Amino acid sequence: MTRARTSLLPYLLLAPSLLFLAALFLVPLLQTIGLSLTENGELSPANYQRMVGDLNFVPSLRNTFVLVLVVVPAQVVFALAMATMLQKLRLGRDIVLWIWTIPLGVSDLAAGLVWLAILQDRGYLNSALMALGVIDGPTPWLTYETPVALFFSVVAAEVWRATAIVLVILVAGLQLIPREYAEAAEVFGARPWTIFRRITLPLLRPSLQTALILRTVLAFEVFAVVYAIGGRNFPVLVGEAFVWQTDNQNTGVAAAYAMLVVVISLASTVFYLRALRTPPEQQP
Amino acid sequence: MADIQIERVRKDFGAVRALDEITLHVADGEFVALLGPSGCGKTTLLRIVAGLETRTAGRIVIGGRDLSDVPTRNRGLAMVFQNYAVFPHMTVYENIAFGLRMQGADTTRVQAQVKRAAELLHIEMLLDRYPAKLSGGQRQRVAVARALAVEPPVLLMDEPLSNLDALLRLEMRADLKAILQEAGTTTIYVTHDQTEAMGLADRIAVMHGGRIVQFDTPMAVYGRPQSTFVGGFVGSPPMNFIKVDVTGGQAKLGALSLPAPVASGSVLAGIRAEDFALVERDKGLPFNVLVVEPLGSHALMTGRVADQIIRVVAPPDTAHAAGTEIGLAPVQQRIVWMDAGSGTALGRSA
Repeated sequence: MTRARTSLLPYLLLAPSLLFLAALFLVPLLQTIGLSLTENGELSPANYQRMVGDLNFVPSLRNTFVLVLVVVPAQVVFALAMATMLQKLRLGRDIVLWIWTIPLGVSDLAAGLVWLAILQDRGYLNSALMALGVIDGPTPWLTYETPVALFFSVVAAEVWRATAIVLVILVAGLQLIPREYAEAAEVFGARPWTIFRRITLPLLRPSLQTALILRTVLAFEVFAVVYAIGGRNFPVLVGEAFVWQTDNQNTGVAAAYAMLVVVISLASTVFYLRALRTPPEQQP
Repeated sequence: MADIQIERVRKDFGAVRALDEITLHVADGEFVALLGPSGCGKTTLLRIVAGLETRTAGRIVIGGRDLSDVPTRNRGLAMVFQNYAVFPHMTVYENIAFGLRMQGADTTRVQAQVKRAAELLHIEMLLDRYPAKLSGGQRQRVAVARALAVEPPVLLMDEPLSNLDALLRLEMRADLKAILQEAGTTTIYVTHDQTEAMGLADRIAVMHGGRIVQFDTPMAVYGRPQSTFVGGFVGSPPMNFIKVDVTGGQAKLGALSLPAPVASGSVLAGIRAEDFALVERDKGLPFNVLVVEPLGSHALMTGRVADQIIRVVAPPDTAHAAGTEIGLAPVQQRIVWMDAGSGTALGRSA
């Protein structure tokens, strides 16, 4: 009797969270699948056809992918460099980490607005450039006529906003690697770069995997920052879902966009799980 | 091959002096153990020799080359770590080959050296495996093979056996001694285990409070400790120190009267547990047996002399039981006389 109760207890304790997820994640997901696959109550690929046929579909798909391919690697490189530098600090490591993670506390829309204030025609950037004599007057960077400047503005904002989450994961990961490995490599003649490449990076693989999955999935869902900085001058997938839902009042096509993002996120997760798998025999 | 000169090396951690002007010369091909309790500075000294720790003052000269400010990677050393530090993401083969690869050795040399080192440590059959699949003893062997594969002039070992169970430690100890004798590598070996230091080393540097308190052969450290600390730390059981009064140059131990190195006053007679002959109560130092532990090869008796507790080794078949009182006759020439105040050894004659 007591034993039966004990073995049930973990499941009872898990139940609320499972119910919560089922109600607020699984049900909406199934509903979205249903919405995207039906028109006027009948099974139909019409929503997907409309999505693919839309003028903004290809640009938004391309923009999202290019953004992910530029932002995520940049964030990983920056976070690796920052985490490695933190490791070398003897004093004040926590304070530096704390400052670096401040952007984590800023909502993405607010982050977008901060960068808008910097980058708009009469923003801080142009004021500085004018003061330096680089430009003569207010220069627009965020219009559809300046796609490269607009793209890199979004990249800068995204890197500023979300590198810290990668950093936090990698800092935790680095702390799990015993110092002796790097010391042993050093004793046997390895240079700092060799130690990083042959010892630190492979041992950091599980943390890199976590950080990449999390960051990539979130990067595919990029929306608020883009919307604040460029509006529809830089269409992205989730932005299109938003436009179809609100402006066009077409939930079906919005659901199709949402499903596309889900599929891409799942695919990238599966990709990382396989590509960065640590075989059990190589685990420390 | 190379000798190691440690010259007046000092290390301060803030206001704490971890190493106080350590000077130590390890001869070419010699095996020296740094022995001491935890916190005595032995690991810090080893890490300074390796360059993994900075020093406050002093020099490290290896093979005539001043390496004090040379980065670790250019010192040409090999080291075995307490937790082995065998790379988990590399096969045993790649682990052993690591140092050679860092030296830029060609494939033929890598193969030959890895094979040799693996055979020396009896791990040829493990070369394709990953460390996670190995036992502690096997990982230890990989760590030693990795160090020996580069044929280092100097090998540093930081408590390499402390994570192994007792039986494995015994086996590994004998293997290590045979292997290192054959290789002829100059070795500094850090340990807190006096049995290990005694068994392995050519000479033992006993460390205490950031200083080397005695540097001598194992038998000299054991038989002629220079202080009560060394006598108490080296040897199991620790050396007995019996407080005796001296009058007219003669120390009075019960019925016995022995020549002492001082004319009068109070001294400590340092006597190893096995350096007593058991005699009748009134023919020696009266010894009140409190406990008898039969340990197979001998029996360990703990008891009281006057108001001090001492330990005495008796033959395994001893008939003396707890509660009896017997006499002890120390082997006179093995007594180490110590100053009762400072605890340092006194000359053998006054």
